[in-house]
Amino acid sequence: MTDVFTTTIVVATIASGIRLATPFLLAALGEAIGQRSGVLNLGVDGVMLLGAFAAYFVVLDTENVWLGVVAGITIGICMGVLYAVITVFLHAEQGVSGIGIYLFGLGMSDLLFQKLVGTPLPIDQFSEWSVPYLSDVPVIGVMLFQHSPMVYIAFLLVPVVAFILNRTTFGLNVRAVGESPESADSLGVSVRRVRFCTIIAGNALAGLAGAALAIELGIFQQNLTNAMGFIAIALVYFGAWRAPGVMAGALVFGMVGAIVLQAKTLGLIPRSASDIAAMAPAIITILALVVVANRFRQPAALTKPYFRGD
Amino acid sequence: MFKKSLVSFFAAALCSAASMSASAEALKVAIVAPSASNDLAFTQSIVDGVNALKEEFEIEMAITDGTFIVDDAAAAIRDYAKQGFDVVLAHGSQYGGSLKEIAPDFPDTAFAWGTSADTFGLPNVSAYEAMSNEGGYVMGVMAGKMTKSGVIGVVGPIEVGDAKLYVDGFVEGAKAANGDATVNVNYIGSFGDVALAAEAGRSHIANGADVMTGTAQMVVGAIGAARSKDVAWFGTQANQTKLGKKVVVASQVYKWEVILRDIFNDAKNGVLGGKLHKVDLANGGLTIEFNDKYSLDAGARKAGEEAMAAIMDGSLKLSH
Repeated sequence: MTDVFTTTIVVATIASGIRLATPFLLAALGEAIGQRSGVLNLGVDGVMLLGAFAAYFVVLDTENVWLGVVAGITIGICMGVLYAVITVFLHAEQGVSGIGIYLFGLGMSDLLFQKLVGTPLPIDQFSEWSVPYLSDVPVIGVMLFQHSPMVYIAFLLVPVVAFILNRTTFGLNVRAVGESPESADSLGVSVRRVRFCTIIAGNALAGLAGAALAIELGIFQQNLTNAMGFIAIALVYFGAWRAPGVMAGALVFGMVGAIVLQAKTLGLIPRSASDIAAMAPAIITILALVVVANRFRQPAALTKPYFRGD
Repeated sequence: MFKKSLVSFFAAALCSAASMSASAEALKVAIVAPSASNDLAFTQSIVDGVNALKEEFEIEMAITDGTFIVDDAAAAIRDYAKQGFDVVLAHGSQYGGSLKEIAPDFPDTAFAWGTSADTFGLPNVSAYEAMSNEGGYVMGVMAGKMTKSGVIGVVGPIEVGDAKLYVDGFVEGAKAANGDATVNVNYIGSFGDVALAAEAGRSHIANGADVMTGTAQMVVGAIGAARSKDVAWFGTQANQTKLGKKVVVASQVYKWEVILRDIFNDAKNGVLGGKLHKVDLANGGLTIEFNDKYSLDAGARKAGEEAMAAIMDGSLKLSH
């Protein structure tokens, strides 16, 4: 038992939780931006899959991970334009449209993979970035400052998104559009433009999340995300549509997953309970969601298409 | 002019008849499998098996892959039977319940499913399994000899069927070769979660593992973790060298053609099921393929080859 609580194991478990949380955090931040403006995007997982494939394919071809990241974001932006046209300009019902985007991404990413690649081949992965000075700090250094660049980018985006939403005119417009598009419109804010921008930003982050996942794993295969996008949507509710809350949710999910994995590796969880333990992150997230969700109100105009003049 | 047209007509009719006769003789084989047909693992092994017999048999093959959802697989199995396929291979131990319901509705279709040993007492259902514990044992022996840290990591999906058999055999072999070795086994609870498998691999490495193995489709993630830290990897189900040329030591490869040959011959002769088929090291249905690019310690390889010979000649009996 003493082995379980060695510093090395604790550090490795926390670092693992941070890594597991990263793709959820990127996707959930994007979803939160969209939802604050009143747009629900159930297609996150599909966009992640397309971003993952685009990144994988580009890295396979160029051996440049950063070009892969750019490809993932670009695909996310393209899917964002598509989703914005469908929901903002054509006023389609957001839930059904999102599921359509998900199914499109699920099928198209696999089709492209089968046609363009076939057998899974490994690609270059991110190398770890040790933050100068900070990575040398005992315990904390290995835990927090020896990760792939995507981890730093994801966590640095948290204050950036929080700042934009809470401290800028654009952020004020986003929140106004999400709460009362009619009032915002009457004050001269273009609801369409704001929602268009938030959808593009959200989908770009979903594409980035997929790219981060594929390059971190160094591989692509059918349904690589395994429904991560849907968990990301749940984490937005968990985080009460606020960037720090979303980060907390992603970390809870990642940490529980990492602790369960570590406990199974060390034989602390009997094999007979292995499958039940695998459900722990989802169960704990749902329980936390129930506790947290009732304390905060969702954006009043969430999922509601805006028709000018109604 | 009329004569020319008549000749053309008869020529076309003859060609058409010949082609109809050829397609009537072709054995129509359908595969329904859970993951992608080129997954370098479970599903690819059965597709490769059918392809390997295309020179011996005239085969018309159809594949429905990616059916992790059992209801989707059941619909595909029923559909292929309705279309008149001669042999329907339900390649997944999770498909048994569906097959038990579907097979009696199509008494003229030969169904085969695996990995399992249960034919449900139905005359048109065969079962097949891989004695993957045998190759697992051989590779476990090599892993036990190779490890310098004394820690070996195993990533599994769910503790059932073929995966459990392989993992049990591997652990038994590693312990037999190195009684002091710690073999950490982590069943992640999923066949499809690549990210979780990768993190399970990292968890093993953090606990000191310098040799790892794993089974099922999601292990591509764990192989990525092994690749990034230069940890040795033993593969199974298909040759996984492509996934890590510097770290994959050897792979246990399934040669399902060994038993598919019998199933196809039986189907052509009107025997549609009721049999249990096994691939193992002795009948050549399981082989160990080494990665020539990996400099494997000669002693470890010799120990593995001796274990393999002992299993094949029956002098070594495995406990699983």
